[in-house]
Amino acid sequence: MLKLRDKVLKIRSKNAGPFTVTVDVFCRNQTNLKRVLGLLDGDTLAHLYNVEKHRFEIFEVPDLNVIKISFPRTHIQGSRLDRDMHGAQFAELLNEMELPGNFQQCR
Amino acid sequence: MIRVLVPSGVLGLEFSKEALQVGLANNPDIIAIDGGSTDSGPYYLGTANSKYSRAATSGEWKYLLAARETANIPLVIGSSGTCGTDHSVDWMVEITKNLLHTIKKGVRIGTIKSSLSREQVVNALQAGRLKSLKDAPFISEEIINDCTGIVALMGVEQIQEALARNADIIIAGRATDTASIAALPLMSGIPPGIAWHGAKVAECGALCSTNPLSGCIQVDFHEEYFEIEPLDSMAQCTPRTVSAHMLYENSDPFVLHEPGGYLDVKNATYEAVSDRKVRVSGGKWVSFPQYRVKIEGVRIAGYQTTSLTMIRNDHYVQNIHTWIESLKQFLANSLDEKFGGDAETCHLDFRIIGSEATLGALENRSSLPVEVGILVLITAETQELANEIAKHINPYLLHFPLSDNEELPTFSFPYSPAETERGPLYEFCLNHALELDDPLEIFKIEVFEANA
Repeated sequence: MLKLRDKVLKIRSKNAGPFTVTVDVFCRNQTNLKRVLGLLDGDTLAHLYNVEKHRFEIFEVPDLNVIKISFPRTHIQGSRLDRDMHGAQFAELLNEMELPGNFQQCR
Repeated sequence: MIRVLVPSGVLGLEFSKEALQVGLANNPDIIAIDGGSTDSGPYYLGTANSKYSRAATSGEWKYLLAARETANIPLVIGSSGTCGTDHSVDWMVEITKNLLHTIKKGVRIGTIKSSLSREQVVNALQAGRLKSLKDAPFISEEIINDCTGIVALMGVEQIQEALARNADIIIAGRATDTASIAALPLMSGIPPGIAWHGAKVAECGALCSTNPLSGCIQVDFHEEYFEIEPLDSMAQCTPRTVSAHMLYENSDPFVLHEPGGYLDVKNATYEAVSDRKVRVSGGKWVSFPQYRVKIEGVRIAGYQTTSLTMIRNDHYVQNIHTWIESLKQFLANSLDEKFGGDAETCHLDFRIIGSEATLGALENRSSLPVEVGILVLITAETQELANEIAKHINPYLLHFPLSDNEELPTFSFPYSPAETERGPLYEFCLNHALELDDPLEIFKIEVFEANA
């Protein structure tokens, strides 16, 4: 099964301060960006990260073909239940997100 | 035009000495470097400790002090010693004085301290001068009074004051990443949209180029634009590498909040001047009527001891989740019996290395690893209790069987003792802005002769 990482250039995540994680999806071009953006709706993200859907901020950076997704950390950086000090492994859930069979036709 | 030399993204992470010499030959007006971040976690602010070793810090600072002397220009470090507490500033001053002793040249050191007392912050809370920032946790007087470290992030005004007092070496406490770079250009009349944008792109040194490890970059601030280029001959800045830096560790790719206002780069343009230099214009600065600075605070949320067991036996690896659940149940009863009410205040967190240690409940993949590590985090109200509980569970982490009717298994402890005392568990507990009537209000600025 195709995964999101197979169809984009790179996905990375990092803390944006101790309370927020930010994920950057580097797409191949505008068409690719729009297709990927269509997949990353609030419900999908809420399911992946267990964060309420209205708490995701999604930005399009057209000049860079980047989709940026920022959301509050469920566990504050470094607190007892946090498992990832730098927030850099959160990206793997998007990297491994399975794509629908008709992804190439998505608009 | 103001030329700022940024030797690297942070003091302690190395930079190319050759590139620094190239930068010096270009006659910069100031050398600016950052010394800290919250990115490595709350421990550093909680303890006023530096993430980088004294040897690395001193070893690199020596080159920058020498470069400053050669060029006879100011040198500024922001967020000294990772967390930028008053103690960290003193640590950096002491390192500097030791080095000046070997260089033997009298200079003026400026220090800007930004630690806040618990009382100051409680007073600000009562006066309604603390404003919650996005995703801020709940705060109360009690939480503030639990803090072991609180700092305010200075902007440019405080650094400008030290520059105006003719400090040669400015050792600043906690500052925004951009402040040490933007201070001189703004003081010299560069428009704020240009100054802050250039500072943001340059804050991590050569991270905005094709060769991040080379460290050194140079920013030329002009009236209408800034130009940025790496100083390592093999590195290049391209419109893409430069504009992409707004994404880095920033939740909004177009907006950057700073003391006194915010930078908006939605309409910025990035243009290649050569194959390694980029010209940027169009950044817009929006001032807030009320000057405010962000504050950071850390408190102790318990004391920790950890224990690590490795399991290679295939049968146990295959049944690891059943084993953990059964062990948890057993330990809950056993701790209750041995420790009574104390056990209720204690947390045992199990991380199954090889299965879900990184992502926890978010993990959505499962496959059988060759082996698993069981990392147990024991958090209690005192260190003694955490240690006692760790010792109590030790034999079970070594021998707990999957079923009653089997010979006791023995797993692998990687070292002796299997428990490691971690000390206090620190937690970030403030994400607030503090309103000020005067930018200098809470910052303690001193300028003095290094050799006096």
